[in-house]
Amino acid sequence: MSKPNAPSSAARRRFLTDTARAVGGCALAGTGLAYLVQDARALPAEALRPPGALPEEDFLAACIRCGLCVRDCPYDTLVLAELGEDGPATGTPYFTARDVPCEMCDDIPCVAACPTGALDPALDNIDDAKMGIAVLVDQENCLNVLGLRCDVCYRVCPVIDEAITLELSHNERSGHHAIFLPVVHADRCTGCGMCEKSCVLPEAAIKVLPQRLARAEAAEHYRKGWEEKDARGAPLVDGLIDLPDRLPGPGTDNLAAPGGFEPSFKLPEVSQ
Amino acid sequence: MSKEALLVGQEAIARKGWIGAHRFLLLRRASQLGFLALFVAGPWFGLWIVEGTLAGSLTLGTLPLTDPLVFLQSLVAGHWPEMTAIIGALIVVAAYALLGGRTYCSWVCPINPVTDAANWLHRRLNLPKGWQPKRSTRLWVLAAALIVSAITGTIAWEVVNPVTMLHRGILFGMGFTWAMVLAIFLFDTLMARHGWCGHLCPVGAFYGLVGSKSVVRVSAKARAACDDCMDCYAVCPEMHVISPALKGKDGDTPLILAPDCTNCGRCIDVCSENVFSFTHRFDDTLAEPSDHHTPAPDPQTA
Ligand code: SF4
Ligand code: SF4
Ligand code: SF4
Ligand code: SF4
Ligand code: SF4
Repeated sequence: MSKPNAPSSAARRRFLTDTARAVGGCALAGTGLAYLVQDARALPAEALRPPGALPEEDFLAACIRCGLCVRDCPYDTLVLAELGEDGPATGTPYFTARDVPCEMCDDIPCVAACPTGALDPALDNIDDAKMGIAVLVDQENCLNVLGLRCDVCYRVCPVIDEAITLELSHNERSGHHAIFLPVVHADRCTGCGMCEKSCVLPEAAIKVLPQRLARAEAAEHYRKGWEEKDARGAPLVDGLIDLPDRLPGPGTDNLAAPGGFEPSFKLPEVSQ
Repeated sequence: MSKEALLVGQEAIARKGWIGAHRFLLLRRASQLGFLALFVAGPWFGLWIVEGTLAGSLTLGTLPLTDPLVFLQSLVAGHWPEMTAIIGALIVVAAYALLGGRTYCSWVCPINPVTDAANWLHRRLNLPKGWQPKRSTRLWVLAAALIVSAITGTIAWEVVNPVTMLHRGILFGMGFTWAMVLAIFLFDTLMARHGWCGHLCPVGAFYGLVGSKSVVRVSAKARAACDDCMDCYAVCPEMHVISPALKGKDGDTPLILAPDCTNCGRCIDVCSENVFSFTHRFDDTLAEPSDHHTPAPDPQTA
């Protein structure tokens, strides 16, 4: 501030107001930009990132929006978000499963093309991709749930019998048929979107959703007792009393079913 | 003013012919189109010489290039990119550090034809200068873009950057990008002369910093021949860079060293006295006054 030949006070005042104005203007512009950035981060549910995409926050720091992944996708799966028309941050790549799903190329050209690592080069097996998770969103319109054998989603799945299985159950309505319920196993589903693309209904009953929408998150403190027990090789609490299990269905509340036991006393209300 | 504005360059045209008086302008347009053509040839004609966009590209499947400002934002946003992007950014920075950073602005940037057109119309309509914030504003915008990138952890300027958006728009689909480009055109035409490139664009500001020690420079070598027609000032998008070189005292360098200079070469075109020429940073010789009129003081060789 203290230069050898100090400027006149008018010049100094001018310098200060100019600087203040510039700083103020830029703070304003910066705030506006930050607001836009926040806004542009919102992704529509049906937009899926390419295989290997870093978690969304990291992805937006890493993807330079060059479009090289789009160019190298042989199936024209990927598109770049356009200003104002697509939700995802303008210029970043995504795909919409119902339009063009990911064909899960063995050599993953989109990942190979990415110069920045926004698509993680550590992904070397496309079966490990996690673009999203398929969810049978409409259990009332899915033909299989209605008791018809559609199975299309199951059959087109590149990870058939691992990512989707058909779970057999009794068809209560007809009384003598089976229901083959498509069940997605999140640890194997890559989110490629083949199932959603191929669902025969006008609007797919099975949809691929980004992880953040499709998956619950178990509470931090929650432990599965049986897993803990397996890991420890013994009950978690020594000398834990193993209470009898109640069986489902009628007749169990009187505890006379096999495996049940008679308590030493009965509350008056409980007796029929 | 309006008469004069229309007459800018007339003398040069008379003396060097239209082509001669538009040499660098034509070369520049060719270069801008050429760069675009390289990118467009792939998606439009299946001629894959260059893939990608100005933000990041791959030439002939081997040469990676990365926009260094986008790269820098990615860094401050907290991502350490892969080697390909790093090498790409280093190559681009090195090239513009030699060429004069803002050579990017006048020879490559797709927004430049838009702002040039706006400026042409602005002068045609003889509109007032309009809002003229300090030229340093763009440095502040640059700082703001980097700070917002760091805070939000995203490549912030890319959300609004019309330079990459227009380029990407041409190659991948416009969306509303056209509205943004139109906004810049109208802003430069009606609200602020040279408003976007001269005062706001942080990309230009960034390349200005990159090229602050660049080797390729314009020199007012034959400044003794200057007849004060002011045509160079009229065409220069950053006219404040001219005076120190052109009006320098004996012993002052004739080189335009200001990093704001975009190396567009319009001053060379438009000068009927051939005062300006391209040269390198270390060539601060002054030419003998040319055979034309205008008596001049003894030129100084330094
Ligand atoms: S894995 Fe293949 S089909 Fe899927 S996005 Fe990448 S390049 Fe396209
Ligand atoms: S190649 Fe990588 S950096 Fe380029 S658009 Fe695709 S994900 Fe983004
Ligand atoms: S998205 Fe559908 S088709 Fe693709 S792996 Fe998952 S279940 Fe299979
Ligand atoms: S393709 Fe659609 S209707 Fe058919 S079983 Fe799968 S989800 Fe149900
Ligand atoms: S100042 Fe910005 S918009 Fe203007 S030519 Fe340079 S990079 Fe392009």
